[in-house]
Amino acid sequence: MDGISLLTITVLAVFVGFEVVSKVSSTLHTPLMSGANAIHGIILVGAIIVAGQATHPWVLAVALLAVVLATANLVGGFVVTDRMLEMFRGRKEKPAKPAPKVGAPGPGVPQRETKENTEATR
Amino acid sequence: MILLDPNVTALLYLAAAVFFILALKGLNSPRTARRGNLIGAFGALVAVVTVFFSTRLDNVPLILGAIAVGSGVAAPVARRVKMTQMPQLVALFNGVGGGAAALVALLELPHAEDAWVRVAVVFTLLVGAVSFAGSAVTFAKLQELMTTRPVVFPGLPVLMGAVLLAAVGAAAAVVMGGSLVLALLLLLLGLVAGVLLVLPVGGADVPIVISLLNAFTGLAVAASGLVLGNVLLVVAGTLVGASGTILTRAMAAAMGRSVAGILFGAFRGSSTAGSTVMSDRPVRSSSPEDVAVLLGYAQHVIIVPGYGLAVAQGQHTAAELAQALESRGIRVDFAIHPVAGRMPGHMNVLLAEANVPYESLKEMGEINSEFRTADVALVVGANDVVNPAAKTTAGSPIYGMPILEVADARQVVFLKRSMRPGFAGIENDLMFEPQTTLLFGDAKESLTKVLGAVKAL
Repeated sequence: MDGISLLTITVLAVFVGFEVVSKVSSTLHTPLMSGANAIHGIILVGAIIVAGQATHPWVLAVALLAVVLATANLVGGFVVTDRMLEMFRGRKEKPAKPAPKVGAPGPGVPQRETKENTEATR
Repeated sequence: MILLDPNVTALLYLAAAVFFILALKGLNSPRTARRGNLIGAFGALVAVVTVFFSTRLDNVPLILGAIAVGSGVAAPVARRVKMTQMPQLVALFNGVGGGAAALVALLELPHAEDAWVRVAVVFTLLVGAVSFAGSAVTFAKLQELMTTRPVVFPGLPVLMGAVLLAAVGAAAAVVMGGSLVLALLLLLLGLVAGVLLVLPVGGADVPIVISLLNAFTGLAVAASGLVLGNVLLVVAGTLVGASGTILTRAMAAAMGRSVAGILFGAFRGSSTAGSTVMSDRPVRSSSPEDVAVLLGYAQHVIIVPGYGLAVAQGQHTAAELAQALESRGIRVDFAIHPVAGRMPGHMNVLLAEANVPYESLKEMGEINSEFRTADVALVVGANDVVNPAAKTTAGSPIYGMPILEVADARQVVFLKRSMRPGFAGIENDLMFEPQTTLLFGDAKESLTKVLGAVKAL
């Protein structure tokens, strides 16, 4: 891919990044930090490529170390974020409260929540 | 092995990038956050599977083994870590990510033929190394393997300047000639710079630095994507870099600090003032029974939870105490400072875990005017976030940080383990005021005793 296309993608990604988290509440700062942390673990893809093309043993050793580190970042990051967000289950009862008042859409909301709750308890 | 068509590969990477954007987007609201995170994890899975089927790779069994080792170590740790130790684990994961990016760049250097690719290489090396070493120091600080106070020594700014200058020199040489030895030197200089950058940061500012280093790692990953010509790494890294920057600024704003002030404030020297002095001024301490009487005959009680509550795992007992008081017709609110706990938003996570109803959790802006009319403010294991020095003492490490105005309440009860100063390493004058009572002990035990005494009233 040529430089200009990469630059275009980079600049657009900057704007998406700014836009996506611009209005986050302080309640979710910690999980957001942790979630973003998990995402940069995708360096694993780079580490795999380097390890897969290594010919010298020491290059391979360093590359495999990079694979281990990147995997720890990626897997650990998503697991830790999931555990943090699990704690917010109790919060979901709140939007359920006004639901009966609305009438028709009421049953739909709690239903979706039970689904999420079963997912949460696995 | 069947190799995927390059176009299919590109589309799969695009899908993974979209999943990452959706993951960050989902984290905007507590309702969608968990699903968002799972979508992000799925995106990562798609990307990792794709790379095995799109590139000709040797050593596949070894790579799979390394992946198994990495997951085998990280997943159980992440599963088992206590909620209170979450911040240091996030720091650790961030550090290893930065380290991985630096190693990838180092190994790609011999293949980097264009000068601009080598620019991306040196950037990744340096920033990845800074992030790795800096995160290691923040981990040590949060785990209390070392002092949480700012570490400053004479000549630190000069040393930092020299390291950066040497790093710029080495970087320029690597871009020009591609020397591997100089690249290793650059890696080393990056590690030193990372340590020097984080050492002077103290106390409650550490989580903000974690967020900043998180953004750094994102940028390193983006740059390594340029080196490898991999669009997914460019997009994901840039996303994290940009969102991390915003998040860092939002956190700093929540504490009334500037990012530059956090990083370089200690260089100005005054901020450690008084941190080692522990005065022997008299305080009033009392028994759980006295505290129970005070609470049981109040009309409005505001509980101010802090890190001490979190460490003692006392959030469930605090929730029970609130219920017991409410059943006596007393209004109980929880006042949550944005940085209560050890990271912004951390306390909300803990209290949500204890099923404290959402309506009782009041944010600082909402609750501050109510302290004036509150009968009792019960401070459980918090210190810095209620310290009036933030408003009155210029030069204090927490000066300018918005605080909970506990001092306005008619009575203030501190549940504290000891007179040891809080995370910021400074004493709280509020503890010596006439309206203040202290109840010493582990937060959970004290709360249990107070709860028992309230029930016996």
